Amino acid sequence: MDRPDLIDLISFGPDGWGYFLLSGTAVTVLIAVSGYAIGAAIGVIGAWAKVSGGRTARIVAEVYTTTLRGIPDLLVIYLIYFGGSALISAVARLMGAQGFVGVPGFLAGALAVGITSGAQQTEVLRGGFLAVSKGELEAATAYGMPGMLKLRRIIVPLTLRHSLPGLGNVWQVVLKESALVSVTGAVELMRQTQIAAGSTRLPFDFYLIAAMIYLLISCASGLVFGRSEARLSRGTRRA
Amino acid sequence: MILALALAMCRLSGSILLAWPARAYVFVWRGTPLLVQLFLIYYGLGQFPAVRHSLLWPFLREPYWCAVLALALNTAAYGSEIIRGGLLSVGSGQIEAARACGMSRLLTFRRIVLPLAVRQALPAYGNEFISMVKATSLASIITLMEITGVAAKLISETYRVTEVFVVAGALYLLLNVVLTRILAAIELWLNPTIVRPIDSPVTEEALA
Repeated sequence: MDRPDLIDLISFGPDGWGYFLLSGTAVTVLIAVSGYAIGAAIGVIGAWAKVSGGRTARIVAEVYTTTLRGIPDLLVIYLIYFGGSALISAVARLMGAQGFVGVPGFLAGALAVGITSGAQQTEVLRGGFLAVSKGELEAATAYGMPGMLKLRRIIVPLTLRHSLPGLGNVWQVVLKESALVSVTGAVELMRQTQIAAGSTRLPFDFYLIAAMIYLLISCASGLVFGRSEARLSRGTRRA
Repeated sequence: MILALALAMCRLSGSILLAWPARAYVFVWRGTPLLVQLFLIYYGLGQFPAVRHSLLWPFLREPYWCAVLALALNTAAYGSEIIRGGLLSVGSGQIEAARACGMSRLLTFRRIVLPLAVRQALPAYGNEFISMVKATSLASIITLMEITGVAAKLISETYRVTEVFVVAGALYLLLNVVLTRILAAIELWLNPTIVRPIDSPVTEEALA
């Protein structure tokens, strides 16, 4: 039987794919984290626009969340990748360069993940802010807290407390979404797995390994979220 | 969806033998990306000669059936959690009342628990339907030509990114809008008690 067993496949030896899978995992985590960070920035701005922005800001935010939550992530990734490449090519042509210039897959992927998760985080943060009871905000004002202090000491911790479970969900979605970034050619876990599966002709084994790695990451991050949730909920009473 | 109901009932049956496999299934299918599952089924299963020579191979060779299978197995995991939540939300008082009326366990489940659970779970299930619609876009990666697949092909042929993208996005939005309308209608139909007090001026006059 010439079929290598699972341990050989994922080992770090000359025939093993361990190193490739590990670097792929690192890139996956990197894409997910940077996408999530971009999304968090968008989410904060979006939630602010929806809660206390003017008419225009509210409408823009509304259109943004409705559209981005209504169309598939894959389509967004294609748009950023192809659209961005077309844009850069046009700019390059203006500057005298010839031909097609592509956006790096990593950048396009992180941006696309950020923009889609930004829409979800906007909604989660908005919900979290609305769950902060009015009395607490009034109490802070009554103590004479200036706006920034109130934001820092009262609004941010309380909003985070209410929205952390939702943010945890968004993170899990982002992690799984990062697998889609493989279509842009960014060499993350999914892409590495495809390469490995193609060259060894053992697709089942490799996709199973990839599934395990994703499961492991989501488990580990689930633990982290659980712990920070407990930390942010100090002093609350559970019925 | 049938699988989802079966899974939810396994979880709640109280039997360890039934609950643990269901829990493991849900954990694995919710913890891994749909794309991995799709590839595992489409590319992975063909690795085994046993599968390739079996009766199912004509189906598993087709990207369409692989996509359907992956989506069904995936949504079953999510759906079972939603249904479980719905079943748990049925008040114990209502079940006790049904038992007190002399209903058998099966009759209680059919007449009381299931309708109430469906009413509770429908909004969440609507979300799941919408993400299903969006998840179908992944089928384009295993060469199935649906909206996203056609859009990507058109983009690479014409370089008209924006136009194609807007049309494809609008199609998905349209699908989802229609879907939400249908779901909202079903929700109203399932909750007659909520609607009646709002738009019945007759009773208000009668009260006054």
